[in-house]
Order: sequence, then C-alpha cells, then structure tokens
Amino acid sequence: MTAQTSSLPQLVDDLSTPPLSLSRLVWLRFRRHKMAVFGGILLILLVLYSFGGAFVYTEKYANFNDTSQRLLPPSLEHPFGTDSIGRDILARTIYGGQISLFIGLVAVLIETILGIIVGALAGYYGGWVDAILMRITEALLNIPTIFLLLVMAKFFGGKIPEIEFAGRSFSGSVVVIVVIIGITSWMYLARIVRAEFLSLKEREFILAARATGTSNIEIIFLHILPNTIAPIIVSSTLSVANAILAEAYISFLGLGVQEPTATWGNMLDKSAKYLDSAPWLWFFPGMLILLTTLGINFVGDGLRDALDPRSRTV
Amino acid sequence: MIQYIIKRLLQGIILLIIISGALFWLMMNVGDPLATMGGRTVTRPADKERLTRQLGLDKPIWLQYLYWLVGNDWTKVDPDGDGIRDKSGTRLGVLRGDFGTSLVARKPVTELIGERISNTLILMVASEAVTIFFALILGIYSALRQYSVSDNILTAVLFILYSMPIFFISLMSMYLFAVLFKKWGLPYLPTVGMFDPQVGKTPTQVLWHMVLPVMSLSVIYFAAYSRYIRGTMLEVLSQDYIRTARSKGLPRRQVVYVHALKNAALPIVTVIGLDLPFLLGGAVVTERIFAWPGMGRLFLDHLSRADISVVMGILMLVATAVVVFQIITDVFYAWLDPRIRYS
Repeated sequence: MTAQTSSLPQLVDDLSTPPLSLSRLVWLRFRRHKMAVFGGILLILLVLYSFGGAFVYTEKYANFNDTSQRLLPPSLEHPFGTDSIGRDILARTIYGGQISLFIGLVAVLIETILGIIVGALAGYYGGWVDAILMRITEALLNIPTIFLLLVMAKFFGGKIPEIEFAGRSFSGSVVVIVVIIGITSWMYLARIVRAEFLSLKEREFILAARATGTSNIEIIFLHILPNTIAPIIVSSTLSVANAILAEAYISFLGLGVQEPTATWGNMLDKSAKYLDSAPWLWFFPGMLILLTTLGINFVGDGLRDALDPRSRTV
Repeated sequence: MIQYIIKRLLQGIILLIIISGALFWLMMNVGDPLATMGGRTVTRPADKERLTRQLGLDKPIWLQYLYWLVGNDWTKVDPDGDGIRDKSGTRLGVLRGDFGTSLVARKPVTELIGERISNTLILMVASEAVTIFFALILGIYSALRQYSVSDNILTAVLFILYSMPIFFISLMSMYLFAVLFKKWGLPYLPTVGMFDPQVGKTPTQVLWHMVLPVMSLSVIYFAAYSRYIRGTMLEVLSQDYIRTARSKGLPRRQVVYVHALKNAALPIVTVIGLDLPFLLGGAVVTERIFAWPGMGRLFLDHLSRADISVVMGILMLVATAVVVFQIITDVFYAWLDPRIRYS
C-alpha cells in the first residue's frame, strides 16, 4: 500500500511530456502566432513611448505654446513639427498617448464589468430578468454607437470640473469620455456572457453546487464565470481598440476631451484645416492611433486562436 | 410567416417607443435650445420666458414627450406666450408623421431631413456596393488560396485597413489624391463639398466629388467583409457536398461559384442586411471631413445647438431603419434557406 502511493510522483515524472497548465498552453500557442507576437511588441513599444517619453519631455513643455513657432515642419528641434499655436507635437503625442491608452483601458474595464453583470444575471436567472435586460441591450444596440456617444458627450459635457491627480491636472472631459464609452459598448459582451451562462448553468457541476447549498452569487461568480473567461478576454482585448477609436472619433468631432489635455483624437480635431499646409499635424497622431489599434487587433486575434478550446494542440 | 412578421413589427414598435423615451429625456438635458436662438444678440429675460412658454418648454418632460409622440391638437396650448392657454395645438406628433419644427432652421424636421437624406443615401449605397463587389472578389480569391503567399499578404493588408480610423484614411487619401496629385500636375480629385458651385450640381460633378468619401468608407468596411467572406467560403468549401461535386467531375468554377457561393451567401446576406443601417453612423465622421451635406452633418450641427426635434428625428429614423432591416433580413434569410421556419 505504501509502496503504491510513493510510486505516484514517479509516475508523473515518467510521462514523456509533463502536463501543461492552461496559461502555459495559451502562451505556447500565442507565441506561435507571428502576427500576435508582432502586435504584442508593437503595444509594448507604444506604452514605452507614451510613458517613457514623459522622462524626456515635461508636461509643461507639451502644453507650452509659442505662436512665433507655429506650424513648423518636422525638424531636429521639433521632430514631429509644431501645431497651430506652436506646441511641440512629439511631446503632445507622448502625453496624448497616456490619456488615449488610459481611456481605452479604463473604458473597457467599465464595459467588461457591466457586460459581465448584465450577461450573467440575464443568462443565470432567465425569465423576466432576462427579458428586461435583453430589451435594454437591444434598445442600445439599435442606435449606431457614434450617435449615442455624441448625445451622451453633449449630455455630460462640462458637468465635471478639472481633476487633480498625481500632481497633474486633467480636463474633467476625460472622465466623461471614459464613462460614456464604457456605458455604450457593453452590449456585445453581455450577449456573449449570457450565451455562455445559458449553456453552463445546465451542467452537472452547477447542479452539484446547488445541491450542496451554494448561494447564487457564489455559483455565478465562482463556478460559472471562471469558465467563461476565454471569450471575455478576447472580446475585452479587441474592445480596447474600439474604445481608443471611439475616443478619437468624438474628440475628432470636437465633443471629446477638451484642451489643453492632449489625446491623439483631439490633436486630430481641427487639423483637417491644415490638410495641405501642415500634414504633420494629423499624420503623427493618426499613425499612432493606427499602430495601437493594429497591435491590439493582432494580439486579440492571437488570443482568440490560443484560447480556442476546440484546438488543444501545442 | 405573416404572423411572425406582425409579431416582430409589434415588438419593434414597442422597442422604438422605449428608445424614443430614453433619448428624449437625454436630449432635454443636453443644453438650452434658447441660448443660441437669437444668434449673437443676447435674449432678454422677458423674451426668454415668453419663448419658453410659446415653445412649451415650461411643461414637464413627460408631457413634452407626449406632445412629441402623439401631438397636442387635443389640448389647449399657449402659442403667443402670454401665460394663458387659449388655442388648441397644431402638432400632430411623430406617430402621425409630424416630427415637429426645427428651432434653428424654422423649418419642419421632415423637410430638413428630406433635403439631406438622399445625399447620405447616395454615399452609403455607393460605398456598400463598392465594398461588397471587392470584398467578394478578394474574399473568394484568398479562400481558394488559403495560406498561400498572396493570402498571407492580403490578410496582413486587410488587418491594417481594418484597424484604420476612418478619419485617418480620409485625410491620407485627400492628401495623396488631391494635394500631392495637384503638386505633381496630375488630374486631382476634389476634397470637399458635393459639387463645384461654379459648375452646379450636375451628375458628373457629384460623381467626381463622391470618389474620395466613397473610397474611404469602402476601405474600412471592405476589410471586415472580405475577412468574413473568406471565413465563410472556407467553411463551405470544406463540406462533404463540395467534395462530392468535385469528385463527380464538375468544373472547378461551377463548384466554387454555384455550389459553394450559394450557401456561403446566406451568412453574408445577413451581415450585410444588419450592417446597412449602421452605415449611417460611419457617415457622421465622413460627412464632416468631406463637408458632404448629408444627414450626419445635419445631426452634428443641430446637436451642438440642442435642436431637440431635428436630433430626435434623425435618431428615430436611424433606429427605425435598424429595426426594419432586422426584420427584412430575417424574412429574406428564411426565403433563401428553406430549412428555416419561423413560427
């Protein structure tokens, strides 16, 4: 009897390939996806650019305007040129990048929390809870997001004062934009989570959890939710790109983050006027937005393949 | 089937009423429509009070919403603003086709939208047609050559286009085809407006001015569509009946374009049908960049001045289009695929 139990660890060692943990498996498959790795590196570089760049240029310098230096083309002193009131565009893309990335991540955090709660409640409880929540979801899906965002931006606009954080002041519109992107984009995630809950709640392990008297909250968040994490990760990753784009769209239309706080989106606003005379005004922030969304889409695509439960090959 | 359509229509109407209520409440809080009414001159407080009464803005929101929805011809209102409700109202309400009058343009909303909607539709339909045409060609092409060099290159390029913000591609194409082409002495494309005011609104002018906005819009949607078509085609091509068709010696063209495409078309049609009304959203940014006098710009102009009736009119038009297209797509899908039965 004792001989048997002591031989067990040895048995595991004898296996030709040791069993892989899920995260290890996902990483191995993600690594094979060349475009995803490229996207990941691109994103790391962009984060280094926006946060590392802050050590090179101060925020004061990014907001410093000198109208005698306006609309200068790229040069050694101003590698990306200067804007219509003489601010250095390179420094502004660095600080704008911080805000754009921050907006993307926090908006998706709000979106994911809302999506999970709505989807989980609708899928788990069904009945009238499901009916009401799904009608709200449908209603929101019925209006193109850009219209909703614009109406909401106008609704909340100017109602939040400037915010002091970490020794820097931010326009209150940053908070407004984060919140409105979050509350207008959770619907697809809610549908995904609901569909997962609908099939998972019928499984035996849930029946077992109920039989042992586990509370509904525990079943939802500790037993079902961990099993739906793969599609949530994929959807949320891709949403970051959409959130950054959404910020750029509303800022481009003049209802987004207000000056002097820079974002890649509001740097583009009004730059269309200088289409031919100063193309560097829109080229650099536009390119940074493109690289960010491209990197996120590559990573999201790679994660989708790597997390796909139907393909278990390494 | 008829029963199914009626049921869907009823559900749609209820959904639209809920949406309109929520949007109306939001719109009532976006700003003071009277603030910009007098133009540059400051409105006197007494005038402002009178205007508020005249326009019925002193009423509670639910009552204003009710007037907007079913009209106010059944009750007494105060058209001269003296504080006495003496005349019966003239508004018929949205349910009877009266979307009210614009506070800014002093014109009926239906007339304002009517002037602009055709401009937006031209842009939408043209870019959707261009999108589908090229997406089908490239989608099928890369599905037939899965994992080949050209497929991989195409996938990478499509990924870049798919990640492209619409304003960035618009600005870049404007810079290339208008600014640089002009500099190089090549025939260049116009960037703003719908026609050259010196020439007038002739079909060739409009067509010429459409090239850049249609191109920018199509490129964005095209990338998503051809990836989708590639995926669907690959799925269909791996099915047994395709192998059967091949093994009985049918020509490759017939197998691909008749046997495979017919079945792959089902999900493609659904996606197109559901996406069509959402093109209106993409038009907002495009119209702004290219100064195209469409509904998107009408929306932006009137939202900034809190002109509730125009903004509500456009939003409800779009929401209705989405509901209607959902029903049409479902019905069309059932007609295309006899396996589907709605009850």
